Order: sequence, then C-alpha cells, then structure tokens
Amino acid sequence: MSENSPITKASVDAVVSDALKLISEAKDLSSLKSIRAAAVGEGSGIAALSSSLGKLPGDQKAEAGKLITAARAELNQAFSSAEEKFYKQEQAQKLAAETVDVTAAANTQVLGARHPLSLLQDEIADVFVGMGWEIAEGPEVESEWFNFDALNFDADHPARAMQDTFFVEPVEAHLVLRTHTSPVQVRSMLERDLPVYVLCPGRVFRTDELDATHTPVFHQVEGLAVDKGLTMADLKGTLEHFARIMFGPDAKIRLRPSFFPFTEPSAELDVWHPGAKGGARWVEWGGCGMVNANVLRAAGIDPEVYSGFAFGMGIERTLMFRNDVKDMHDMVEADVRFSKQFGMVL
Amino acid sequence: MRVPLSWLNEYVELPKGSTADSVMAELVKVGLEEEGSHSFSLVGPIVVGQVLEFVEEEQSNGKTIRWCQVRVAPVGAKAADGGEDVRGIVCGARNFEVNDKVVVTLPGAVLPGDFKIAARSTYGHFSDGMIASARELGISDDHEGILRLSTIGLDPEVGTDALELLHLADEAAEVNVTPDRGYCFSIRGIAREFSHATGAKFTDPIGLVTPVKADGFVVKISDAAPIRGKVGSTKFVVRSASNVNAQAQTPAWMVSRLKLAGMRSISIVVDITNYVMLELGQPIHAYDQSKVAGGLVVRRAKPGESLVTLDGQTRALHAEDLVIADDSGAIGIAGVMGGQSTEVSSSTTSVLIESANFDGVSIARSARRHKLPSEASKRFERGVDPKVAEYAAARVVQLLEEYAGATADSLGSYFDETPAISAVSLPETFASSITGVEYTQAEIVDTLTAIGCVVATVQGGYEVIPPSWRPDLNDKADLVEEIARINGYDRIPSRLPVAPPGRGLTKRQKLRRAVMNQLAGTGHIEVLNYPFLTSAQNSYFAEADVPRVTLANAMQEDVNELRLSMLPGLLDAAKRNVSRTLTDLAIFEVGLVFAPSNQAEVSLPSGVKLPSDEELAALHESVPHQPLSLGAVFVGDRVSAQVGKKSVKASYQDAIQAARTAAHAVGVEVYLEQVVVQGFHPGRTAAIKVVGSDDFIGYAGELHPELAAENDLPRQVGILELNLEVLFANAPELVQAQAVYTYPAATQDLSLVLKQDVPAGDVLNVLRTAAGELLEEITLVDDYRGSNLAEDEKSLTFALRFRASDRTLTQVEATEARDAAVAAANAKFGAVIRT
Repeated sequence: MSENSPITKASVDAVVSDALKLISEAKDLSSLKSIRAAAVGEGSGIAALSSSLGKLPGDQKAEAGKLITAARAELNQAFSSAEEKFYKQEQAQKLAAETVDVTAAANTQVLGARHPLSLLQDEIADVFVGMGWEIAEGPEVESEWFNFDALNFDADHPARAMQDTFFVEPVEAHLVLRTHTSPVQVRSMLERDLPVYVLCPGRVFRTDELDATHTPVFHQVEGLAVDKGLTMADLKGTLEHFARIMFGPDAKIRLRPSFFPFTEPSAELDVWHPGAKGGARWVEWGGCGMVNANVLRAAGIDPEVYSGFAFGMGIERTLMFRNDVKDMHDMVEADVRFSKQFGMVL
Repeated sequence: MRVPLSWLNEYVELPKGSTADSVMAELVKVGLEEEGSHSFSLVGPIVVGQVLEFVEEEQSNGKTIRWCQVRVAPVGAKAADGGEDVRGIVCGARNFEVNDKVVVTLPGAVLPGDFKIAARSTYGHFSDGMIASARELGISDDHEGILRLSTIGLDPEVGTDALELLHLADEAAEVNVTPDRGYCFSIRGIAREFSHATGAKFTDPIGLVTPVKADGFVVKISDAAPIRGKVGSTKFVVRSASNVNAQAQTPAWMVSRLKLAGMRSISIVVDITNYVMLELGQPIHAYDQSKVAGGLVVRRAKPGESLVTLDGQTRALHAEDLVIADDSGAIGIAGVMGGQSTEVSSSTTSVLIESANFDGVSIARSARRHKLPSEASKRFERGVDPKVAEYAAARVVQLLEEYAGATADSLGSYFDETPAISAVSLPETFASSITGVEYTQAEIVDTLTAIGCVVATVQGGYEVIPPSWRPDLNDKADLVEEIARINGYDRIPSRLPVAPPGRGLTKRQKLRRAVMNQLAGTGHIEVLNYPFLTSAQNSYFAEADVPRVTLANAMQEDVNELRLSMLPGLLDAAKRNVSRTLTDLAIFEVGLVFAPSNQAEVSLPSGVKLPSDEELAALHESVPHQPLSLGAVFVGDRVSAQVGKKSVKASYQDAIQAARTAAHAVGVEVYLEQVVVQGFHPGRTAAIKVVGSDDFIGYAGELHPELAAENDLPRQVGILELNLEVLFANAPELVQAQAVYTYPAATQDLSLVLKQDVPAGDVLNVLRTAAGELLEEITLVDDYRGSNLAEDEKSLTFALRFRASDRTLTQVEATEARDAAVAAANAKFGAVIRT
C-alpha cells in the first residue's frame, strides 16, 4: 500500500468542507449557479482529486474511489437542496408579487335569470312528469267551443257571463282569449288515447283591472285525469302529493263544496301552508272536481265507462303565497330586479 | 247574499252567541263561501232621549245652534253611561220640538267611521252627548236634521236602549252564492243550508202564510216566440190590496234588515216587496192598480216598442224581450225592471202584486241586453222556486195589511203551468264510485230527503225527485255532489292514482326550456309582458296593412291588438326599466304571437256531444295561427365598467349572439345575411338562417334609432326576434356524434384583401366549404382597414384549424386545403392573400 496517496479521508474532507462552504455562501439561484463549477463542477477540488484517482496504484484505487464517490454524493445533495430551497424562495416571491385584490374581481359575465312564473310552471310540470303525467299545451286565442261549450258552459249559462271574457273581432267568429287552460283539457281528450293524465300550464286572460291581487293576463296550471274507476279519492291523493312537494312534507289539503260548470261534484281547494310567512295557515289555492259527464260526452268519451277528475290553480297566486310576493305589479311589470332575485331556482 | 242574523234565526235556530263569522264558518262547509260581515258599527250607550227645552243661539259664524236640555233616563235614575238623567246638549239641527223623542249618543258611544262621542266644550257650552240623525246611525241617507222617533211611529220610554229599539245591534253574514244555487239568494235557502251544515231545526217560512188563489183579474200568457222552446212564463200569480197607506213608515226592524241585506228603504210598499224577495227568493213587482189599464199580458215585445223603466231610462225593446203589458202597451220588462207609468207612489191606494216565474234564459238575455242586472233578474237567471210564488204574494198582502193598513182584495189571478219535475235515477253504488266513500243506503236516502228530494228505493238504486227549488239537480252526478257535501268532503279518502308510464316532456317542451335556460345562463333576464299592443306599436315591425287579431272589448280602447311581434312589448318593458334607472338591460321573452285566421263567421256545435269530424275541423281552422316566438332587447352597457375592465355597450352584436346561443341550445347552427327590414337600423341588421336548410328564423340587429327615440331609449338598442317554431323544426331529431380525432392539428392564419362591401360572413361560408373535410374550425379574427390598403378595401384575417382523422397532418396538406379555400374566395369575391 502506498504511503503517499493524495486521496485520504482528510484530503477529501477538506475539499468537501471547502465546497460546502461555497454552497452555503450562495444567496440565490443565480449565485448558486455561478459557483456550480467551483463547488461541484470541473473546477472544483473534488474534480481535481478525481482526476488523480487514475494515477493511483491499483490496490489503492478502490478505497480512494469510495471516498470520492461518497464525497460527490454529499456535495451533489447539498447543491440540489440549496437549489431547491432557492427555487422555492424565488417562486414564493414571484407569486407574492402577483397578488391582486380578489375581492374586487370583475363580473366577467352578466348574470341572467328566468322569470319566476315560468320557472314555477316548469317546476310543477316536473312534479307531474315524475308521476307519469304529460304536459299539454294549446292556443291562447281559442274557439269559444273549446273554452265554453265543450266545458258545459251553456250559451246562456250565467257562469259564461261571469267569466269576464276578452272577445276577438269579429265576434261572429266566436274566438276568445282563453279564460282558463281548460280548453287544453278538451283538446287533450279529443287528441289522446285513453287513459289521459295531463297537466296544462299556460297563460289565461280575464278582463280584470291590474291591482295588487288581479291582472288581466295571468297563468294557470290545470290537471286532468280520465281513466276507469277514478274517484274523488284519487283527486285528493293527487292534490295531497302535489301540495307536499310544493309546500313541504307537512302540507295538507282540504276540499270545500263549490260549483264549476265542468265538474260535478265540484270543490274549492285549500292548502295548509306550513311555511307561510307569519305562521302556518290554510290558503285558498284552487278549484277541482270530478269531470262533468257532459264534458266527457263532448270529447266523445263514454261517462258510463270512464270517469275523470280535474283541478286548477293560479300560478301567480301560488307564487304570491309560496314565495311571499306581495304585489301583482311586481310579477307583470317586467322589472329586471324581480326576476333577478330568483335566478334559476324558486 | 247578505243574511241578517236575527232574520236567519227566525227560520233556523242559531246557537247562542252566534256571530256573522261563526255563521259563515258553518255555511262554508256546505259550499257557501264567506265574503264578509256587515253591521251598523255602532257602540252604545245610545239611548232614547226626550227634549225638555231648548234655546236658539246665533253664532258668530252665522249658524244657529240649539242649546237643549235632554232627558236621557227616567227621573232620578242614572243614565246608561252612569251620568245624570238630564243633559245639556248642543244641536245643530232645528227640525225638532220640545217633548220630541230622539236618539242620544252618550259619551263613550262610537258611531260608524270610529267617530267617538265624548262630552266636550262647544259653542260656549259643555255638550254632554249628541242627538243623532238617521244618517249618523247608518239607517238611511236622510240628513235633514235629527231622527225624531215619532216620525217612524215610535214612542218608547226615555232611556230605552236605542240600538235594540231600532234593531241596530244586528249583523249580517255575507256568503257567495254559486250560479247553480239560486235558492240561496233567500233567507229561506240560507236557513235550509245552515240546517244542513249544523243539524239545527229548519222552519220553512212559506208556512207563515196561507196562499189564496184569487181570481177576477185577467192575465194572459201569450208567448209567440219562446226562447229555446221555453215559454217565457209558466207561473203567474196576481193579488190585489186596497186601502193602502203608501206613506206609512216602514218599521224599524224591516229598515234595519233591508239595510243589512244591502238594500235601501224606499217606501213601505217597495220595502215590503223587497223584504219578501229577500225572505223567500221570489222577486215581486207592485203596480199602482189605478194606473194599470185593463188586464195584463205576458208577451214578447213588439217591433219598435219602447218603455220608460223605473230608473227613468227609455228602453228600446228587442223582439226577444219578455214584457208585461196592459192595454196601453208594455209596462215592464218581465223579471228585470218595471215601468215608470205604473209605478207605486206616495199617493197610491191600491196595489197589484205580481209574483211570477219567468224563464231564466229569457231574463238573462234581457238583463244583459239592457245592461240591467237587477236583484230580480239575478234570481230568475239562477232559478226561482216555482212553488213559492203564491206564498210570496200572500206574504206581501199580509205585510201590507199589517204595516200599510191595507185590506186584502179578492181580485187576482192564478196561472200555473209549471212542468212536472222528472225523476233522476241514481244507481245504488254510483255515489261511492264517484266519491270513493262507501255510503250506506240510509245515508243516501236521508241526505237526499233532507235537502228536499222525494226518494224511492227501487231495484238497483233510487228514483229521486228533486225539490222545486233545486232546478240544478238534473243528473245523477248532481245528486252525488249533494250526498258528498252534506256528509262532508272530509270523509273522502285519499289515494294516489298510478298513471300509465309517461313519455316525459315533449321535444318542443324540452327545446323551449333549453333555449330559455341557455339564455338565462348567458346573462339574459326573462320577463313577461302582456300581449296587448296599440296599432302603432304593432306597426313598428310590420306594414300597417298586415292583418292583426283585434279585441272586441279591450280594457284600454286603443290597446286593442294582439302582438304580431314580441319586440314592442319588450321595448315597453325596457322603457319602464330605464325609467326606474335600470339602464343596462338584456331582457328576453318567449311567448305566442298572433296572426288572424280568415274565418268571419263560425257556428258552434253543441257542447254536450262529440262534434262531427267536419265540425271539429272547422273549429280548428277558425283558431288563428299562434307561433312561439323569442324576442330579446339589449340596452345600455352589456358589460359595465369595473376594476380592470372597460364597459362594453350593448349592440346588434349581442342580439346576434343571443340568436346563436338560442340556436346552439337546440343543436342548430346559424349564419347571417345582411338585410334591410322595417323597424331595424338599415345598416345593422342580419337575417338569421339555418346552416343546412337555409330556413329563415328571424332578424337580429339594432333598433331603428327613430323607434329608440320614440320609446325613450338610448340610440343604440340591440334587438332580436326568432320564430321558435322554425328553429325547433330544424333541431336534430337525434344528435349524431362526430368522432373526436386526436391526431395533431395544423393551424394556419389567412389574411384576405377584399372589397369592403363583401360581407365577411359570406367569405367565411365560402372558405369553409372550399377548405374541405380537413378543416375543423374557422374563425374570423380581424377586419383591418387603413394604410397599405386601397380606400375601398379591407383585410379579413381568419384562423383555420385543420385535422385529419387518421394521420398527423403535414403543413403541406394544410396549405393545400387553405389554398383551395383561397381560390374559391378569389373566384367568388376577388379575394387575394394579403402579402
């Protein structure tokens, strides 16, 4: 074994120590980069030692080689960690410099909204579609036959005069602005195969002056089921289900005797609104009943074989007490602030 | 119908402590909806006083008052308010004398309008109460001084409670009577229903009198033209009363009841006829017998005949009007209003009482024709019990005898051809099959009997003869309603029926929702507008001669057309928002627009049977075309100025973008064509067409600045209208997916020099077609005009992205495709690549 090997533990340690010092003196990535050669690169002490490795006698090579390898590993490790430290530091500085006031973020897109009356119609439609019903629609300018005659409003029936109907010129053409969506029920019975389970939402018209609770143009949703063996119990069950979805699981309904030409028996419908502003209470909601035999006959349906039930309620009224809208004007004046507060949900 | 409780209590026993509210709460159970309560709104102490003496004092304001000493309690007794028995009261009226008995409102009393009476200093005296007029008490409109009790035939003890004396403590319940239940326009009917609701005992008021079939007075029913086969009158009862004192005072209790029932006291004879009408539901007419020439004829009006009715109006009669005539001609429109010539006056001494039954349809038409909805016509339209006529006549005679000193006369007439009421068959299980309630046989029979039916149990069910006052019970379902309502709707069970499997929303419904949700999701706000427009508004976007649907009875005379376009309504909405300082708007509406049908006259088929195919086709044909339309209006800033952002003004571009958005929502791609159309800015308007079918779906652009000014809007307004029917017809039945190719794309930019008048959209279409299948996307990225270009030239820059399905595309291939596109653009528009 040679006594003069320049690659000793001490000499390697000294070289390593010098290099580590260099690395530790670096202040940032660029100064680190600039000492790369002197610390671990070609001009470094460890490189010089490495190059002398070849001149060593064979029996010393293995030992010295190990020392050099270990030293290189140590230095590379130190360099990398310094490099990583400085990189992170610089990234952090860079990101800090990018700080903005996020609370002042601009609206990159204007926000839109559906009108709550049309949203509510969609929502109600979805309830019934979920029950297997279908949604039927019809014209707003309607033949008197569909709006009245087929619904058991005799030409001279006082109920026909009480409807406050808009008539279209010439009156001999017998066209009206439909006073309810019931003509769609008639059309449905004429066009569809039995059994029929349809919901008819839409716009209707009556000659009422606009005030806090009335409007000459408003919306209704009516339901019609014609099948074998339907009774008022089915009507009640359907309305109860509907009420619970609209007003929560504690909602319930009650029926009061009433009169409509197109139903017999007829009833007024009240709903128990558990979430009503000011406390749970009964609210008048709509009308309903068993389809009058004459209505079935006008649609070519044998009332001895089929029976049906129908119900209807105002969308405006429903929105008013369900969502605490206090004035009809808000719903008809097209003020964008009214629609905006609902967005896409009710 | 307003029902004074004291009156109701005479025929059905009201529970002790009943109020209008408690009565209404019972009545609503049997289908009489509550409308509200009515009272005189008086609070005591209000007592009878006697004027002991008074001194007249002239005041500085020119008025003369009387300083009165009024006894308000028997000598030495405490007054009702605990005070002295004689009070000093200042009175402004001078229509009384010493010793007159009057009504004194003592301190603590309250009069209508929350007028609180208190002792107070006035005109130099301490006035300890008030002497009341009839108007202050709410009895009548008479304000000619204070109420002297002697004038209404009263001479009560001093100190008597005047509220009791004058029946002013009573109150009335008002219920809504549905058109099928005319009999409830009477105390008789309401009492019966109250009995049904509560089980309280009902006494039929017709039992108060014994009808007399008088004769000797000639009445002829001569209806030459019955309406819908029904003779105008099937029952006509006449009674006569003489020695009538037409100036007799109506008793206080009757005045009070009439007032609470909503009628004014007029004179004893008129009051009695009204009273009996309210009590029994039978309209009565009283004639001054001395003014009737000869007998009465019930007939249709003659051509050219006219009549001055009680309200002083001259009425030209129609051949359909049923009239009552004497030898002089028509003296009344039957069941609607009497004539002036035979009116009862204060000098009348003998009265003819007409208690008849008229056909409801005939009366309804006359009342509507002459715009004379009266208490009488209201009852006849809904049906009056034909059996009650003679009782009502007898009741009038009885009251005239009692309160007007009259003597019943043997003269009269009795005509009765009331058709028999036919029986209704009610199958045994029918009520259960409609209501879902298992009624027992006893329940069915008892209920129907209770409402007045005669019920016979037969094989398989019941034969039911409805009572005379229920003309609405014609069908077995009508009987079921009675069984259900009397036994309570709360007995009906609940069962959720199972509909057959549904098909969900229709395609059209889904597409409409998609369009509306997509627009809302992209910054548009949905609004709803009335479809009523003025003719001028409807002519913004259509020539004045384009036919419109017009209303015969519009609420505002000039707003009588239905919209041809969504836009005028939206402009109106925009104007309203702007006036509320909501100046940045992107609003849209989806709704129907209306084009008239050409049908001038349509005869309606029967409503109780299925029309023939031809009839149905004619009905469908008569209904105007009403396509679904989308309108949108953009005003102010589309993007408002914010941190780091400049504001962007709304313009035609937003309108076009909304069209693209709506089309995209339903899977349709559109392209644009520069056009000039009415109502739009002539240089800033695009026709929207469907790629593929070339179907035209609408216009998007800028509102004509003149229309903007006319609607108080800023000059630059973006507008859009799309025919959604055509758009939806172009929506794919089923979207066929294109494969998503993943080989690398090659992109190219292309700048073309063109004449300025060549529309960029046209160039883009040609490039797209000519570039062939490799072109994946093409976008117009710049329109440059200025230096290096000729005055009439522009340079359009397009970004193109090419991709092949099966390989990595080379730039050479992409360039070849691009060159093909350029060649086509060159051939068509003379475009050259900008170098």
